[in-house]
Amino acid sequence: MNNNELQQVAERLGVSRRTFMKFCTGVAATLGLSAGAGVQMAHAIANPRRPAVIWLSAQECTGCTESLLRANHPSLEHLILDLVSLDYHETLSVPAGHAAEEAKQHSMKENWGKYVLVVDGSIPMKDGGIYCKVAGKPIVDHVREAAEGAAAIISIGSCAAWGGVPSAGPNPTEATPVDKVLTDKTVVNIPGCPPNPYNFLSTVLHLVTFGTLPELDHLNRPKFAYGRLIHENCERRPHFDAGRFALEFGDEGHKQGFCLYKLGCKGPETYANCPAVEFGDVGGGAWPVGVGHPCFGCTEQGVGFEKGIHQLADVITVTPPTTFPGIAEPVGQGVTPGAAALLGAVGGAVLGATAVAVKQLGKAEASEQSDNDSQS
Amino acid sequence: MSHHHEHAPIGGRLITLPFLFLSALALIAVVLLVERFMYGLGAVTNLNDGFPWGIWVVYDIVVGTGFACGGYVLALTVYIANKGKYHPLVRPALLASLFGYSLGGLGAIVDMGRYWNFYQMFNPAQQNFNSVMLEVGLCVAAYSIVLFIEFLPVIFEKFRADEWKKKLEKILFIFIAIGVLLPTMHQSSLGSLLIAMGGKVHPLWQSAYLMPVLAITTAMMLGFSIVIFEGSMATVGLRQPSETHLHRGLIKVIRALLVLFFIVRLGDLLYRGVLGAAFSGTLQGNMFLLEMVLFLIPLVVLSSANLVRQGRFLLIAAVSLLLAGALYRFNAFLIGFDPGAGYIYFPSVKELLVSIGIVAIEILGYLFFVKMFPVLPKAHAHA
Repeated sequence: MNNNELQQVAERLGVSRRTFMKFCTGVAATLGLSAGAGVQMAHAIANPRRPAVIWLSAQECTGCTESLLRANHPSLEHLILDLVSLDYHETLSVPAGHAAEEAKQHSMKENWGKYVLVVDGSIPMKDGGIYCKVAGKPIVDHVREAAEGAAAIISIGSCAAWGGVPSAGPNPTEATPVDKVLTDKTVVNIPGCPPNPYNFLSTVLHLVTFGTLPELDHLNRPKFAYGRLIHENCERRPHFDAGRFALEFGDEGHKQGFCLYKLGCKGPETYANCPAVEFGDVGGGAWPVGVGHPCFGCTEQGVGFEKGIHQLADVITVTPPTTFPGIAEPVGQGVTPGAAALLGAVGGAVLGATAVAVKQLGKAEASEQSDNDSQS
Repeated sequence: MSHHHEHAPIGGRLITLPFLFLSALALIAVVLLVERFMYGLGAVTNLNDGFPWGIWVVYDIVVGTGFACGGYVLALTVYIANKGKYHPLVRPALLASLFGYSLGGLGAIVDMGRYWNFYQMFNPAQQNFNSVMLEVGLCVAAYSIVLFIEFLPVIFEKFRADEWKKKLEKILFIFIAIGVLLPTMHQSSLGSLLIAMGGKVHPLWQSAYLMPVLAITTAMMLGFSIVIFEGSMATVGLRQPSETHLHRGLIKVIRALLVLFFIVRLGDLLYRGVLGAAFSGTLQGNMFLLEMVLFLIPLVVLSSANLVRQGRFLLIAAVSLLLAGALYRFNAFLIGFDPGAGYIYFPSVKELLVSIGIVAIEILGYLFFVKMFPVLPKAHAHA
């Protein structure tokens, strides 16, 4: 693999070679890998044999797909579609009906044991799974069938990862996460509503480049993305520690960008890298807490869609103290008469001592001069 | 070279009226420091979030170590430039430097909100190598130790530990070399601190990255001035023979430094086009003008062949230069420093009393050592 081939990939993607390499390095950085890994990734993407991806949609809202497509970089949708061979996706497939189903079967047979299965949406299990059917078959059967020949299975979005909105009480369809359906397989969970597209892209690129999954936590979430609480990386964290809170939307504290904990922010109990990666590739604090809305814990089972939006979060790490330092810090006081007098006295003493010394030196020198004169 | 000159304690009564007065000032400072450690910085100082550095840092450390540069510039003159005739000036200058630096370091600990973490500065695992403060802190600490070692021969002489003194003098050149290197580093770093403070520093002092140059030139000028000041005061106050003939030799260097300082300082102000701010009539503008006048006085005196011959004019020039260098540092770090958000600062009476007390301790220590230890040259040594 040489630079010329990288150039060709860049051209195929409609971006400059530099933009392409920057994207790969950025993904490597998101994963917490070295810059060298970015180069490896670039080469992996440039490989003409791209891995096949079968994307199944169960009880979902297409938000996860939208967030991948609506990434701000004009080139990103090209990259998403070009780094993998997306052989089946209900929203994006060109063929429809029987033709689409045929394409899926063909690709699965062709790439048996090698393709990546992506599922978004939760699986309805009540009444034999009849509440979500594709091609006349319950979606649970499609998922089980596709999982048999998959090299890796990724649950994208909170619905697929832990149930999400459809599983909220009273859960009329018995909405079930994918890993509870495929209990004998390793399913990578990328929760979020929607998840950050980079967390998905980085996981897939890790798979494509190194042939292995990134390190996962006890809930099978990639550690690079879900290893830390939002609270730990939040740009408003210093306000939390100092006890400066917004108490109402639009109040003085809210306008000043104070901590949103008392408005129900779930950052203290939600694991995600939102404050670090942000959304929409525009920077400048473009993520929910950054723009002034409390986090509602979309990635976290038992928090998102379950706790009230303005309900106080359980602070997992450090419980806030009951008393806080004051918001109005003293700004200092000006000169006092006593201090001015003292400073004046010091100045006077220095000048006075100098004056006396100057006088005496003059005298001493005059006598020394006369001594010298008499000697010579 | 030290064997060319003999030193001797000047003797005399230690407990005199001025000694008692200074002791009272020192005692007040000690009592206030006890209060500071019992009730915190807020009980004694006017420091606030906008002004975490007050007079304790700016006077005791920034200006104080500048005043303590006598040992540095004389080591530079005597050992690096090999001008042995100035050797009689070295010991008293070293003594003043030793007090200035060790009390400056003490001042840093006193000013630290979380002083109990102080030792972490020496813990490599905790060091931040991007910090100017780390450089200043380590350098000042190391230099205080070096100064003590440079001063050790005086102690050995006093207690007639000739063997020890001989051994030390064999390796003393290493410490003298380090003792010249370290102040060059941290005195210019004081200017780097101003760079790090960025836009909080008034344009008249926030130059185009030249503050380290200005800091080291003022440090050298302060060092030479304090040698002249201290020598003149010893002549008058302790009835020592005049050292004016030696001081005169230093004039060329001071004058060159002054010219360099004016070129860099004014050239930078013109280059950045902010000289107009000097005539704005604000406190900062007026303080700048005062600073310039104080720098100009020694330049005028030292450029006049007639005035230079007279020790009293040398003293006037030295005091003016000391005030100028101190004011330059006060201006840059406090008077021209505006953290925004309405923060203001003026030292409290208690803060001032502590700083005054520390100066008193320095003078007390100086008196103690010159009377009891062989610091000053013997009266006949250069008569």
